[in-house]
Amino acid sequence: MSHPAPGLKRGLQDWLPKLVLAPSFALVLVFVYGFIVWTAVLSMSKSRILPVYKWAGFDAYERLFAQPSWYMALKNLAIFGSLYISICIALGLMLAILLDQRIRIEGALRPIYLYPMALSFVVTGTAGKWFLNPGMGIQNTVRGWGFESFTFDWLVRPDMAIYTVAIAGIWQASGFVMAMFLAGLRGIDNEMLKAATVDGASTFTIYRRIVIPLLRPAFLSAVIVLAHMAIKSYDLVIALTGGGPGNATELPSTFMYSYTFTRSQMAVGSASAMIMLMGIAAIMVPYLYSELREDRR
Amino acid sequence: MSRNEAAIATAAGPGWLNRVVIYGLLLIFAAVYLTPLFVMLATSFKSLDEIRGGDILALPRDPTIEPWLKAWGSACIGVTCEGIKGYFWNSLRMVVPAVLISTMLGALNGYVLTKWRFRGHKIVFGLMLFACFIPFQSVLIPMARVLGTLGLSNSITGLVLVHVVYGLGFTTLFFRNYYEAFPTELIHSAQMDGAGFFTIFRRILLPSSAPIIVVCVIYQFTNIWNDFLFGVSFAAGESAPMTVALNNLVSSSTGVKEYNVDMAAAVIAALPTLIVYVLAGRYFMRGLMAGAVKG
Amino acid sequence: MRRILLAGTAISIMAFGAARAEESVEVLHWWTSGGEAAALGVLKDDLAKKGVAWKDMPVAGGSGVQAMTALRARVTAGDPPTAVQMLGFDIKDWAEMGVLGNLDDLAAEQGWDKVVPAALQDFSKFDGHWIAAPVNVHSTNWLWINKAALDKAGGKAPENMTELFALLDNFKAQGITPLAHGGQPWQDGTMWESVVLSEGGMDFYKKAVIESDPAALGGDTMRKVFDDMTKLRTYFDDSFSGRDWNLSSAMVIEGKAGAQQMGDWAKGEFLRAKQVPGTDFVCIRFPGTQGNVLFNSDQFVMFDLGDDEKRSAQLKMASAVEDPAFQVAFNTVKGSVPARTDVPDTAFDDCGKKGMKDLAEAAAGGTLAGSLAHGHGQPGAVKEAIFDVVTQHLNGQITTDEALKRLPEAVAAAK
Repeated sequence: MSHPAPGLKRGLQDWLPKLVLAPSFALVLVFVYGFIVWTAVLSMSKSRILPVYKWAGFDAYERLFAQPSWYMALKNLAIFGSLYISICIALGLMLAILLDQRIRIEGALRPIYLYPMALSFVVTGTAGKWFLNPGMGIQNTVRGWGFESFTFDWLVRPDMAIYTVAIAGIWQASGFVMAMFLAGLRGIDNEMLKAATVDGASTFTIYRRIVIPLLRPAFLSAVIVLAHMAIKSYDLVIALTGGGPGNATELPSTFMYSYTFTRSQMAVGSASAMIMLMGIAAIMVPYLYSELREDRR
Repeated sequence: MSRNEAAIATAAGPGWLNRVVIYGLLLIFAAVYLTPLFVMLATSFKSLDEIRGGDILALPRDPTIEPWLKAWGSACIGVTCEGIKGYFWNSLRMVVPAVLISTMLGALNGYVLTKWRFRGHKIVFGLMLFACFIPFQSVLIPMARVLGTLGLSNSITGLVLVHVVYGLGFTTLFFRNYYEAFPTELIHSAQMDGAGFFTIFRRILLPSSAPIIVVCVIYQFTNIWNDFLFGVSFAAGESAPMTVALNNLVSSSTGVKEYNVDMAAAVIAALPTLIVYVLAGRYFMRGLMAGAVKG
Repeated sequence: MRRILLAGTAISIMAFGAARAEESVEVLHWWTSGGEAAALGVLKDDLAKKGVAWKDMPVAGGSGVQAMTALRARVTAGDPPTAVQMLGFDIKDWAEMGVLGNLDDLAAEQGWDKVVPAALQDFSKFDGHWIAAPVNVHSTNWLWINKAALDKAGGKAPENMTELFALLDNFKAQGITPLAHGGQPWQDGTMWESVVLSEGGMDFYKKAVIESDPAALGGDTMRKVFDDMTKLRTYFDDSFSGRDWNLSSAMVIEGKAGAQQMGDWAKGEFLRAKQVPGTDFVCIRFPGTQGNVLFNSDQFVMFDLGDDEKRSAQLKMASAVEDPAFQVAFNTVKGSVPARTDVPDTAFDDCGKKGMKDLAEAAAGGTLAGSLAHGHGQPGAVKEAIFDVVTQHLNGQITTDEALKRLPEAVAAAK
């Protein structure tokens, strides 16, 4: 790759870029990695309501793994995360492809799919709760239309509640994914498509063999953004189910908050944060490595 | 308008049937997406009695704008009963600097990381990228400590600092990907002409960065405007952002809930972001296309 | 903000010489709804008359959970608010950290020891020193019944679990939801503790909940409690899960449900809907718990700011909070009862009068205990652990046998 500043040996020019980058990098080092180290320290301390710097070894981790709700949280993250990411991508892709078909009202439809992203769940939680509640929401209305046996009570069933959280999350984020794919579609060179059509390929094949593979960068970015949102989703769960029924919709983010603040068990909360970070690192680091290696092109 | 569908449509089947299916699907989804908003709006125009007795999907029998007036100007957020308008301005005062600063820094960082490579630049970028994933709950206490030491506790300035720091990962990502695709020859020829670091940035890169700047601004605006956790921890009270006030309105634990005022306040709170989305939607597409999507 | 405030104060002093400087208190609380805010406004006006400005720091949510998070941040930043609303064991936790200011002199001067019930003092004092000023007393073991439905069922208020089940059966026959309940852990817990009190009496409650005796937590009386909970569940409607408590109250108000088990703040909803106690609705102690009171009390805690000026304002506030006139004004609006037993009950409605009478009797007779579900029975970790078991059991995720096994284990693990 090119190395700019080749012959310009002026000292300042050499140092200036790094100087410019330095403050941001320093801020990140201190406020992110420094705090991660601090969290690690806390996870091995006796902290309860506030940090207390007394060594406790792996006590907090033992307590963490003795909590049934931690396993529930991890299981829920797996279910929620995989559904959230896969359906958002599938739905986003489908909507993008549909919108790409020379739709006259595209300008009106796009903000309609996008607007949920703009709403904070502190805002939409109540409406969502009402909407999904069997007695007040969809089930009630559909039954009112005459379909007496229609049931949609997932929100209140311990085994299905996590799926309603996924539905709400998908509603919120799929528009954003759609936007990413739509932009990607618009960037595809139509010479290639014309050539394929001339060769007699059907629409379906064109999409499958050419368009979708070309959207690979969009897929990757969508996965990153969605994974990040899935892990961080705290407002969504609290507003919609509060972690319930029972602890059926507990997620690591709610678990972390609950143990650190509500239950005044900061050490256990920190331990859960460390486990989460390690999990994320296990997935992200290989991905980043492969990704950054690629620009040797 | 898409250039693709012209190419693809020629290979498609019976035109009108496809159009019906496509429009049909799109409209059904649009209706599904809009329903929660409909519920919120309908509720905000109803009286409390009607809400207590009624069907959430029904239109208001006796529409009233009183909840809206109350939400803006006279609802009780704690002891002060002046609605959310004050907090609205707090949020603006916080979001604008935070977005501007983090975007600017992100642009400079992206520029350095792509056009002024140095040994270890990938590690630096990787570290900044991974920083996007830190759970916010873990940083609350240490950040509070730092802010206290800096004398910025419970202030909007403190909040701005927090949001800038935790936005750096994303803004750097966006700009770095965008500038990665920017032709380096232009940089070289400018250097040949004797242009320095900042001149190149200002004269060559920035003018072409409009799409990605808009993307970054939209993303940051949405996230910072809707943030609750940092707001409540670092600026509760008079400097509170609008999300904290909204939460106070909506989440009272043992008091009487005025759902209509809550919904009205919620929609008011969401308006700036909604406006940003609608207005800048077009740029959003172009910006994403130009590089944010590239992995 | 503090610097601006101090600067402002300094300027005032300089400008007006020896005249009274502008004192202020920054108050963190979660009383954000209309009624609650109005109640607090009484205090604010009172203090304004005494020359103390009020800086409001409201943080709603989860009965103080968010507020406590905000508090942690402020304390860590070295900038605690002047006065903080706190409940139960949180007060003890913070007192242990040594950051609370001492109110002994004021307490002695105003005779708090004599008028504040001993069970409350348990939370207002730490190590024998007064560190909090109690504002009110809520009680959780109430049952709210729709009068029309009750009359149709014979008009007699149930006095034990058997009669309660009979009444609920009657409501079912009437075609209304017998028991309106909201499936949230704290609501489940509130109901559970009333049933514990009903089945085992105050001694059992104290043993099982306050003392965490494992035998009590896993024994036969507790089995009856869990069986009762299962039976009560059959009287809920299908959409109870996650429902906010005031929507359940609305059901009773509208006559769509017969009864609701909820603390005395529910009264506010009934009064708001212009219902009259005794005419439209009936408030009784949860069947089997008459004579016992489970309480939770909001108290204002004064942080030790090491600043004499601030201290003067804090003392004024604490004093204003305990003033009988304020106690009446605040509690009539809020729906709770005064924290002092020497306040006249003339201004309170019938349910309030009953509450005050019950409180005085329970305080005198030793049948006043802290509510577990509202932070006065056990520290947060244990409370949440119990909630976990109760709510999973109520939702059918675990059986009674499992619940009996898990309860003592969870409690022990959370300590």
